[in-house]
Amino acid sequence: MIPELGHFAVILALGLALLQAIVPLLGFRRRDARLLAFGASAAQGQFLAVAAAYACLTYAFVTKDFSVAYVAENDHSQLPLIYRITAVWGAHEGSLLLWVTILAGWTLAVSVFNRRLPPDMSALVLSILGMVSTGFYLFILLTSSPFTRLVPAAAEGRDLNPILQDPGLAVHPPMLYMGYVGFSVAFAFAIAALITGRLDAAWARWTRPWTTTAWMFLTLGITLGSWWAYKELGWGGWWFWDPVENASFMPWLAGTALIHSLAVTEKRGLLKSWTVLLAILAFSLSLLGTFLVRSGVLVSVHAFASDPSRGLFILGFMAVVVGGALSLYAWRAPKLVAEGELRLFSREGLLLFNNVFLVVTCAMVMGGTLAPLAIDALGLGKLSVGPPYFSPLFLILMSPLFLLVGLAAVVPWKRGNWRETVQRLRWPAVAAVVFGVLLPFTLYGSTRLLAATGALFGTWAVVAAAQDVWRRARAKPELTAGLRAVPRAVWGMTLAHIGLGIWAIGVSGVISFGDEKDVRLARGASTTLGGYDFKFVEAGETQGPNYTAQQGTVLVTHEGRRIATLYPQKRLYSSQGQVITQSSIDTGLLRDLYVSLGEGYDDGSWSLRVYYKPVIRVIWLGGIFMFCGGLLAVSDRRYRLARAAERKAVEGAEAAAA
Amino acid sequence: MSKRQKRMFAVAALLVGIGLAATLGFTAFRKNMMYFYTPSDLLSGKVAAGAALQLGGLVEKGSLRRGEGLKIEFTISDCSNAVPVRYEGVLPDLFREGQGVIATGHMEAGNVFVASTILAKHDENYMPPNVAKATGNVDGKHSCAPFKSVTASN
Repeated sequence: MIPELGHFAVILALGLALLQAIVPLLGFRRRDARLLAFGASAAQGQFLAVAAAYACLTYAFVTKDFSVAYVAENDHSQLPLIYRITAVWGAHEGSLLLWVTILAGWTLAVSVFNRRLPPDMSALVLSILGMVSTGFYLFILLTSSPFTRLVPAAAEGRDLNPILQDPGLAVHPPMLYMGYVGFSVAFAFAIAALITGRLDAAWARWTRPWTTTAWMFLTLGITLGSWWAYKELGWGGWWFWDPVENASFMPWLAGTALIHSLAVTEKRGLLKSWTVLLAILAFSLSLLGTFLVRSGVLVSVHAFASDPSRGLFILGFMAVVVGGALSLYAWRAPKLVAEGELRLFSREGLLLFNNVFLVVTCAMVMGGTLAPLAIDALGLGKLSVGPPYFSPLFLILMSPLFLLVGLAAVVPWKRGNWRETVQRLRWPAVAAVVFGVLLPFTLYGSTRLLAATGALFGTWAVVAAAQDVWRRARAKPELTAGLRAVPRAVWGMTLAHIGLGIWAIGVSGVISFGDEKDVRLARGASTTLGGYDFKFVEAGETQGPNYTAQQGTVLVTHEGRRIATLYPQKRLYSSQGQVITQSSIDTGLLRDLYVSLGEGYDDGSWSLRVYYKPVIRVIWLGGIFMFCGGLLAVSDRRYRLARAAERKAVEGAEAAAA
Repeated sequence: MSKRQKRMFAVAALLVGIGLAATLGFTAFRKNMMYFYTPSDLLSGKVAAGAALQLGGLVEKGSLRRGEGLKIEFTISDCSNAVPVRYEGVLPDLFREGQGVIATGHMEAGNVFVASTILAKHDENYMPPNVAKATGNVDGKHSCAPFKSVTASN
């Protein structure tokens, strides 16, 4: 009964989404305020309906209703409750339902927070979001309903894929989807601007917090995914340039470019059509990500679902969305006129360079991800490119971005002054060189070119960002008052750039000085890595809630001092007969010691993978800094004041009309 | 410079930049791409010895030999042909005889494939599409004769 209710709720949501898409558009054509206002009600109704559907599916999972095909495939009677809840998005059908639920949530937020937008703009945004929702509801109902019954019901579920039974992965997809789906709001704003022809500072100010919010969730989602892959896949890597990772990284690059170009559009009224194009690009890449992950076209460790009809549907949907948006762009974009002239040596000019490098990086990632698919589709052979293609190109393209991030922090809008710039960047440059030379020696006792460059760029970004805040704070006679006067948006930007800097220090450190070893050890034998002794003490059996595990005990010592005892496991999940490596990690800000279990031999010895990973935590710390920076930026007073001012203006206009 | 000249200059600079980036990307792509082969492809002599490539197929039943330390030898087969593979290291969780794998490495003299990494198929249902196509795998059941017994006994 409950699953049927869920199915019905999805159909209801589809109906409401259609109304939300069509009625405000009619209102826009007929200039009918009531029809325009209908969009918000439809959006709220749609959210209730899809939330109900989502609750029904969760209920089916929690109560282990194996008469539902999707539940039977991804649930198990012994699965712990927390994973029964997260198993809802463990595979294709449920993750799509999660996708539309989040989309409905974003739409709801738009309908609530944008009440004071000009009514036609707000209605158009909701209408476009309604169209996107409609596409996804149709996708669910036509190709992948999670509520389909299984006749006869299964006696036992097939269980959630064991590698997904991990807290990191429990929250990774929702965060990632918050980001992916969030770009649909920026997209809707961009399309609405094309339709109305109104793209001014106020438009940019409305769009910015939505875009930043989407971006920061995407950042967090990617960071969590990287952390999960590191500890769960047992290879000690934090980024594999796997097509599915690239699928989430491309919208991130486009979105990062977008939040920077939005700043230019708001402050200077420039790069308008470019901003619109980036908004379309970011959302299209989010759709492309869904297509890549969900269609099974990839040879990837992530490819969980494969069904050609689904792939075709998403491909068709993408063609409609991207094709439609670009046609509209080609038709209307020439009407967007720049409000001034752009000088290259000014903040907006530097931000333009930032955009160029981000977009080129995005194109590079896209080429490496899609070209093998295209070559295969043309029958020219199966091939792949891996990290040897991506990593060097990425490093080359990122380097100028680091130089820019320091420059743009001190060069003012409109027109830069070389002398002033040099004067203000003297000390950051000195600090960067000093730290670039010294940091690798302090941390690892030696240096490499990459480590020194990373430390130099990282320090440069951090110090240049910090000196901007420092200079602003010094403008007031008292330091605390000065610090308090710094707007949150500036704090946010500073924090995000500091995050970028420490990310660079982490990446270059772990690439330069990370070490790894595959060894076969008898009981009591030991091996040395990165100055640490790993002694294989014993191996035994242990029991988990839904698995049995073989567990090794590894004692780690450093110069005779005991550092940690690690318990890597090899888990056998009886439901699917699947074996999963569970690594054991001694974590620290400056280094991780990582052991994962290979296999046992007849003579009682085991093969082990041992990793020494310096400063790897700093990589994810950088991501967290970026997230917090985004959080601070969207909470800036400016947006609230702007809303209050708009409210006053609208109320004034309404009073005048009445 | 007049405005028009400036614009021309900007366009020219942009074109040169795009050209450079495209050339760089294309060269990097060409240099680092690896083709995927089945054992039959390899033995038909299409591949130069020493070139990096990926080899996909099923691990032949009964072919696994463990050597000293982490050394290991087995045979990758696509039902009509088989290639012996040498590897040293820890095998992935799902590595088993009769399962699909993709090995990255190069051919050495004597038609032995030396693997530097080995990927196994990821769960009971999933097989890398390359392998599935190469071995005629349908719906998770290995359809080629030598491996039927393997899946049945699992």
